[in-house]
This record gives sequence, C-alpha cells and structure tokens, in this order.
Amino acid sequence: MRQSKEQTGTEIMENALETRGDKHFVLRLYVAGMTPKSTLAVANIKKICEDHLAGRYSLEVIDLYKRPALADGEQIIAAPTLLKKLPLPLRRFIGDMSNTEKIIVGLDLQPGKK
Amino acid sequence: MATVRKKAVKPDGIEKCPTGISGLDEVTGGGVPKGRSTLVVGGAGSGKTLLSMEFLINGATRFNEPGVFVAFEETAEELSKNVASLGFDVQALVAKKKLAVDYVYIERSEIEETGEYDLEGLFVRLGHAIQSVGAKRVVLDTIEVLFAGLPNPAILRAELRRLFRWLKSEGVTAVITGERGEQSLTRYGLEEYVADCVIFLDHRVTDQLSTRRLRVVKYRGSAHGTNEYPFLIDEQGISILPITSLGLVHEASTEKVPTGIARLDRMFDGGGFYRGSSVLVSGTAGTGKTSLAASFADAACRSGKRCLYFAFEESESQLVRNMRSIGLDMAKWTRKGLLQVHSSRPELQGLERHLVEMHKLIRDFEPQAVVVDPVTNLIKVGDRLEVTSMLTRLVDNLKMENITSLFTSLVTDAGGAEAAAGVSSLMDTWINLEDILSNGERNRGIMIMKSRGMAHSNQVREFSLTDRGLVIADAYLGPSGILTGSARETHEAQERAALTEQKNELKRKKREIERKRKLMQAKIEELKAGFEVDKEEMERIASEGREKDAASAAQQTVMAHMRKAD
Repeated sequence: MRQSKEQTGTEIMENALETRGDKHFVLRLYVAGMTPKSTLAVANIKKICEDHLAGRYSLEVIDLYKRPALADGEQIIAAPTLLKKLPLPLRRFIGDMSNTEKIIVGLDLQPGKK
Repeated sequence: MATVRKKAVKPDGIEKCPTGISGLDEVTGGGVPKGRSTLVVGGAGSGKTLLSMEFLINGATRFNEPGVFVAFEETAEELSKNVASLGFDVQALVAKKKLAVDYVYIERSEIEETGEYDLEGLFVRLGHAIQSVGAKRVVLDTIEVLFAGLPNPAILRAELRRLFRWLKSEGVTAVITGERGEQSLTRYGLEEYVADCVIFLDHRVTDQLSTRRLRVVKYRGSAHGTNEYPFLIDEQGISILPITSLGLVHEASTEKVPTGIARLDRMFDGGGFYRGSSVLVSGTAGTGKTSLAASFADAACRSGKRCLYFAFEESESQLVRNMRSIGLDMAKWTRKGLLQVHSSRPELQGLERHLVEMHKLIRDFEPQAVVVDPVTNLIKVGDRLEVTSMLTRLVDNLKMENITSLFTSLVTDAGGAEAAAGVSSLMDTWINLEDILSNGERNRGIMIMKSRGMAHSNQVREFSLTDRGLVIADAYLGPSGILTGSARETHEAQERAALTEQKNELKRKKREIERKRKLMQAKIEELKAGFEVDKEEMERIASEGREKDAASAAQQTVMAHMRKAD
C-alpha cells in the first residue's frame, strides 16, 4: 500500500489511515454569521458526515466575520462554502448543503456505505 | 479622514474623484463619480486592467486615497509584473499599505453547488481589504469571471446588485471592468447594475493599424465629452488627448518669428511668420519643402528657441546630412539640445497614436517651433477626414501653446492642390512651391498663397538651393511669365551688358565733350593769339604813324625853315 513517491506527513497519515480501513476526511465549513442559511448548512453537513463518515472525519465550522483573513487564504467567495481539504483533490461545495446527493457524489462517498 | 477633498463639487452636484490619468479627467470633467461605481468596458487587450490600475495607483500616490484591487484574472504577482513595465511599482505601494491586491481564484471544476448561497465570502474579503488600507477606491477586474465560475446566475445577479449597493454604502469609488458583449454593452449585462458612469475602451484595427479609443458612453448627472478620444499606452501609462480643453480661444501674438530666409521674411511684411501661427508649405516632389522646413527650424534654433522636428520620410542622420548640403548644420542644434528630430514611419502606428505621441513629445520638450514633414504621409494611415480632424486637433493644441508650426504637404501633380487645400483652411499661412518648366529647364518657384493678418508679396519668385542656404532671386517677367533659371540668368546678363554698354557710352560721351571742350579752348587760344597779333600789328602801325607824323612835322619844319617860308 505504500507509494513510491516522496510522501508528506499528511500523506503518510492518510496512507496509515487507509491501511486501517477508509480515508480520513478533513472538512471545513465557512459561514458568514449565524444566518438561517448558515445553521441549515451546518445541520445538513453534520448529518451527511454522521451518516456516511462516522468516526473518520473532522469538521471545522469557521465564521468568516470573526476570521476575515481566512477568506483570502482559502479563496472563499461564496457562503456557505464547504472545503474538502483531505483527501485530495480539494473540492468546494457552495450553498446550504441541502442537495445531499451532490455532496455525496462530490465527496466520492458510496451511498449506503458505512 | 485622510482624504484630500478636491474642489470636485461641480455646479451639477456630482462630486468627482480624479483619476489622475492624463486626459481622462478633462474628458469626464473632473474624474469618475465619487462614491459610486464606474464601469469600464472593452474587448480583450483594450487596456481595462491598466486603466483601472492607474486609477488606483494615482489615487494612492497623488490623491492620498488608498485602494483595493480585486483581481479575478491575474494573480497579484502577475499583475504587479505586468504593470511594472509601465512604471508602476505595485509591491512598494502594497508594502506601504497604500494598496491591497486580492486575487480571487475561481475554478469551476472544483465547485459544486449544493443549495442556496450568497457572495458573503467576497464581501468579507473586500471589506477586510478595504479596512486594512483604509481604501477609498476599489477596482474589481473582471467581476464577470464570477459568471463563468459560479453556478446559478440568478443568485449571482441578485448578489452583484447587493455588492454594488454595498460598495456605495461603504463610500468607496469603484471601477468595475467588464468584457465587451455582443448584444449588450457587456457580456453579462453588468451595465444593469453599474449605471452611474460607463467608459468604453476600443481597440480598432483599420488597414492593419490599430488605434485605441476611449468614449464616455454615459455619465449620470454630469456633462461629459461624447466623442471617441484616442489614447495611448506607453511607458508612462495611459494618456488620452485632452481634446475638451481645445477650442478657438487662443491668444493671437503679434510677435514675428523669422522664416530662415531673409528674402522670404521681407516678402512677409518684413518679419516672417506670426508667432503661434500655423504654416503650410505645399509643393510637388523635389521643390524644396524639407529644405524650407529645415531653414525654419535652423532659424528658430539660431534665436535660441527649441524646435521639434517630426520627420516622416527621413531619418535624423539623413536629414542632417542632406541639410548640410545647403549649408545648415542641424547636428549642432541637436547637440545643444535646441533641436529634437523625431523620425518615424507613418505606417508604424495608427494616426491617433501619432497624434497622442506628438502631443506627448510636445508637452515634454516644450518647443517654440514644430515642424511636421510631411503631413501628407499621414494620409497613408488614415483617410482624409481623419487626417483633417487630427490636424485640427494638433493645430489647435499648438496654437494654444503659442507654438509656431510648419507643415509640409506633398502635392501630387494630379489633383494635388486639393490635397493641400484639405488642410489649408486650418493654416494661417500657406506657401506654395512649384516647378516652373520653361526653356527645357525645371526651376523652383515660391509664392505666398495666403498669410492671415499681414501684407505679403504677391509675386512668384524663383528660389534656389545653394550651399549657403536657400536663396530667393529677383523676379523678372518675360513675355511668357516669370523668367527662371537660365532665362533669368540670360536676362540678368543682358541687363548687366546693357548697363555696361550704357556706362561705356557715357564715358565715351564724356571723353568727347572733354575733347571738344579742349578743342574749343584751343581755338579760343588760337583766336586770342591771332587777336593779340592783330592788336600788336595795329599798335605797331599806330605808333609808326605817330612817329611818321612827328617826323613829317619835323621835316616840314625843316623844309619850311629851308624854304624860309613865312
């Protein structure tokens, strides 16, 4: 299972996780204040994660109003934006996360797989 | 507030934000609307990014208004590299917190829409950037990228509307760039949201020559120039010809400047051209237009004035070499910094670019005399109408600056006078050079067609190019018109011969008279001598008579005594 390429720390960890079973997901949700849209997005993504990624994900919710500098660094334009940092490739999901189907496909999760 | 309040409150109530871009502030009557959004529309490569960047940089460096540049197409590094070639140091301004550059990266393939969203992220970034430098000016270049990068245009449109409202409420002056569209002004109809001021940039190619033009399509609440104005992008950024400041309001000078030919000065009421007037020298090929122009330039430099010479046919060294043959040392003036020769092929660039470039050179060099040789070559790069309109602007501009200008115009034999006449009405003085063909010779004639505001000679004179400069000869009229070349020489020789003959005749007559006088004197002497002789003779006879009388008396006495008479 080891890759011949030079590996970064995260890749090593990722591989280590892979050997144990499934990939670990690092997700970040950027919201702009606690608007109804934001709370809806938070609730939606939490549910998807619990349903499909229980135990192998970390989700961080960041309020852009509190940390505006992050918006530059992460190239955030829309709110809410969900960033899939790991596993690669990087993906972005914008909107209130109500379209579960799209997120599941986008995150490359087989529906029903626990 | 660190903002410099400009005297921007116009009578029409719109407060303006100066762009500092040369010419644009004149066209817009002071700048873009302050605290509002301006849309800059143009095709690819029309100079949108540059115009907006210059707006920000001028704001930061000259008007103490920091700015934010939101780039959607280029990264901050690319952007600062691109504009560095135009003399803008973006990085230094960023370091001084006068400017913030934010690159917004959108990759459609990375983004998945999962429901309703808004652009609050962009708002936050923008707000953050504005706060970090205390920005008064914002540029969004090109916000249309959002349409390509984000799904759901309906949301996007609503959000853009909110964005522009928000920018207005923030009190920043915004410049939004937009790609030119097929049906509407911009591809995505941005003009719907940004309706205060719309500036259109165009990059047109006619006859393989490109010209950049700028037009203010709309300016809510303010008067503005509506024409298309040519503009130029060069080492110093954008410059637009400030045409609105032009008009027929220049002061007329009564000062005269020499033409460079003493005899020609005399033909012009004894002084030359009026200062600040425009002179047209027309003529067919090889009639000495360039030589006349060079003489004028030489005369200007000789009197310590600066002269700018636009040569559209010859290189500087060629001009210098050729003019040396008529005794003009132009290199001397170049060394002294009084003469600047600017040689270029007219085909090199579009007409408007020529105009703007000439305008810039004139502004930088501040000459008192300008020569354009020949102006007709410019017709190659534009049609008659364009050339006339360009010349009108150039001439007006030169008159405003009180610069004496001399234009040469090549006239072709067929219908040539018309070509000259196309621009002649712009000119105060028109000198026509022509070939005079007679007796199997071609000679040059010079004549003043018109000279506004001064008496001038009406004669056709012959002029020749000699190693001591241009020489205008006396005019002789023969049975078939003016005598030129060898006919004139012959005539002059004849006159000279006749004069000599006359002189000799006089001398001969004088000698004759002298001789006659001498003869007369001799005769008088002779007569006098004869008279003296006669007189002597008479006297001798008289005295002899008296002696005889005395003797006879004595004889008688003796006789009487002897005869013992009485």
